[in-house]
Amino acid sequence: MSARTQCEERGVIQRECAAIRAQFRQADNGGRSHNLAKLLYVHMLGYPAHFGQMECVRMIASPRYSEKRVGYLGAMMLLDEKQDASLLITNSIKNDLSNSNQYIQSLALCTLACMGSAEMCRDLAPEIDRLLRASNSYIKKKAALCAVHIVRKVHDLGELFTKAARSLLTEKNHGVVHGAVVLITELCERNSETLERFRKTVPDLVQIMKGLVISGYSPDHDVAGISDPFLQVRILRLLRILGRNNEGASDAMNDLLAQVATNTDSTKTVGNAVLYETVLTVLDIKSESGLRVLAVNILGRFLLNNDRNIRYIAMTSLQKIVGTDHNAVQRHRGTIVDCLKDQDASVKRRALDLSLALVSASNIRSMMKELLSFLSSCPPELRSQTASGIFNAAERYAPSQRWHIDTILHVLTTAGGDVRDETVPNLIQLITNTSELHCYTVHKLYRALLSDISQQPLVQVACWCIGEYGDLLLRGECQETEPVQVTEDDVLDVLETVLQSHMSFPSTRGFALTATMKLSTRITENVDRIRSIVSIYGSCIDVELQQRAVEYNALFKKYDHMRAAVLERMPVIEKNSQGHINGETIKESQTVKVKPGEPQHLLFKRLMHSPWLNTDLKLMQPSTLSVFSVVATVTVYEKDGVTVTLSCEKQSDSGLTVTLTASNSTESDIRGFTLQAAVPKSVQLHMKAPSGDSLPARGAAKVTQMVVLNNPNKVQLAYLQLVSEVFDLSPIFYSFGSQNI
Amino acid sequence: MQFMLLFSRQGKLRLQKWYVPLSDKEKKKITRELVQTVLARKPKMCSFLEWRDLKIVYKRYASLYFCCAIEDQDNELITLEIIHRYVELLDKYFGSVCELDIIFNFEKAYFILDEFLLGGEAQETSKKNVLKAIEQADLLQEVRYTPNHSHVWQI
Repeated sequence: MSARTQCEERGVIQRECAAIRAQFRQADNGGRSHNLAKLLYVHMLGYPAHFGQMECVRMIASPRYSEKRVGYLGAMMLLDEKQDASLLITNSIKNDLSNSNQYIQSLALCTLACMGSAEMCRDLAPEIDRLLRASNSYIKKKAALCAVHIVRKVHDLGELFTKAARSLLTEKNHGVVHGAVVLITELCERNSETLERFRKTVPDLVQIMKGLVISGYSPDHDVAGISDPFLQVRILRLLRILGRNNEGASDAMNDLLAQVATNTDSTKTVGNAVLYETVLTVLDIKSESGLRVLAVNILGRFLLNNDRNIRYIAMTSLQKIVGTDHNAVQRHRGTIVDCLKDQDASVKRRALDLSLALVSASNIRSMMKELLSFLSSCPPELRSQTASGIFNAAERYAPSQRWHIDTILHVLTTAGGDVRDETVPNLIQLITNTSELHCYTVHKLYRALLSDISQQPLVQVACWCIGEYGDLLLRGECQETEPVQVTEDDVLDVLETVLQSHMSFPSTRGFALTATMKLSTRITENVDRIRSIVSIYGSCIDVELQQRAVEYNALFKKYDHMRAAVLERMPVIEKNSQGHINGETIKESQTVKVKPGEPQHLLFKRLMHSPWLNTDLKLMQPSTLSVFSVVATVTVYEKDGVTVTLSCEKQSDSGLTVTLTASNSTESDIRGFTLQAAVPKSVQLHMKAPSGDSLPARGAAKVTQMVVLNNPNKVQLAYLQLVSEVFDLSPIFYSFGSQNI
Repeated sequence: MQFMLLFSRQGKLRLQKWYVPLSDKEKKKITRELVQTVLARKPKMCSFLEWRDLKIVYKRYASLYFCCAIEDQDNELITLEIIHRYVELLDKYFGSVCELDIIFNFEKAYFILDEFLLGGEAQETSKKNVLKAIEQADLLQEVRYTPNHSHVWQI
């Protein structure tokens, strides 16, 4: 095959295949096996060879061993159980299974075990059983593995082989015993009754193991001083299955396991393979605590092994028991953490999983140092997992709030692009609730923004903070950290840089604009600059930004008297889990749970400022900023067939009755429709019971609810925020007194 | 074991033994992707990796990669020993085996594998016994067939 290019090669192959095809068509000649072999080679190169299938079938039926041999090889390579032609060889296999020559029997057994379909297996199972009982060792060992394949294909046939499998255990030949152990393992895994029956073999298995471990050197089966490690490993695995959840069986094997664990030479891989299997067994059965400790210590030694493979499997095993044997694994924490620095990505991943599982209240500070250091240099595919792990650990074990905030900020600075969406609102909530650190936090975030505005989550939180606590920056004093000396312009510059940067996501720019707006009530001199920023963005191409700007503009112009109240400092937020389930776009699903007893004015603020709305201070459409006079009826919601209207009637100089009417024109009833309302602190509100709590379909009936408002202090402006668990209702603003806007 | 692949540093397949039923197309896809993944690994890295939902054990001997896909409960370290045993068998049979031996006598490589593993499991744990069986089978192959006899000489 000296073709130099792919194209040349294809040409050569084509010619060869044509020749082979021709040969196949000819009568029997001495070169058939040679040609089939050539075809199989061609097949391995990746070229189609299905025209050779029938030739395989023919060859298998040949009386010549050389032809049978290649024929069967061809069958294993070209005919899998999905091919129809595979059935054609069933008969040949059947005949060959009873051939007087064991090498021919062997070919049949090998092929059946490799590609036998369920149908073929059912057909030939009795033959295999016969061979399991009455043949020489050479055939018995193969028949046993053939039986394994049959059981995997047709589970019910397991019953057939149970008895034979049992008696094979008593044979001397290692190959046969090995096959028997594999077969018994398969039978026990498939059927719990069979497993019960085979538990009786535990003493026999223990004996066999003892023979291997203790008795002298056996040249035929020795591998670096270990006597038949392959058999040892299979027996240990079977013992694991038999000892699981069974005291008696576990007791019977306890001593043996201790012996193997102690005496097996661990300087070479082969010894470690046996030790590894032993450890797995000890940890899975009902072993004595002393034995368990021994097993975990072996894993600990594995962690220190120079061979990376050994370290890797040690960690895989430790991961399995970190829940049940936590303290034992903790003892090896140092070594595990060191593995974070390993060159191999698979080892790193294992070390990460384990390290995160080992974080506790007592080691949080030192562990976090390691994890943060890991985060800055870990492979990209592990960053997201590491960041989440760090956040979870921080939330559970943070020794102080300042540490918690610092840790989250560190992660956002290092791996901002790999954190989940809810990190931003979670962090905002944490910051808001840590009132003693507002000054510290806003300083830290301001400094972060000065150096880098590319990490979006960090920038978003920073903008939000500056918007909220910008006044603390301007004050020029801070207890927890070095204060900054900035002017109002400096702060506005930073926000404008974010607004204008091409690196900023649209959502980030939203944060920046809102923050700028909020500063209008926290600064004193530069309000005009803010006014002009807001007005410029009123014609921004981004619709979202434009809408905000227009609303903020309106807040400046028509509703300037409201501005201070609306942009006031946020109250403490309770985490609202409903705001972002199912990854829904938060703008759409603004369902907000009303907490019982929540002061009404706070409810309003929460709704307005909620970061989960992802739009921070998303004011209602300017058109819904409707203020109405006494007799007006306003439609406050109209969507998807549901309409809610509001009308009011002035009762007195300070009193107002509002009537809400809801109707539903869809085809199905809407249940659980309740309305709640929020008003400013000084306004008294009394909600009467609604006429019903479900809206019948097709407008069959309306539901009304009365709300009585009393404004004794004659507050200039009253607003009524309607909240429904189901719908997004806009607030209504009502102006008491003579000043009708 | 689900399958074993032998391939060169250039990604050329030298042997493929499948113990699970998959279509030709699937086999090709798996082979291509796995070969790529393994070849991309650096020399000192772990011999084990998780690929799709399989455990992969591989080891490089001279210019050939020996790569096995094993089940969840299978012991990775003993699989390395199985690979090593197979290499030893090839070595003993060919006398200091090299990649060319496997290219030009690929069917022999399969015969040896089939005498060592059956249905994905080890069938004979003694090196000597495997080699003896191959030797005998080879001899059988040499026996001439005479048209008047209906069966081959037994040895």
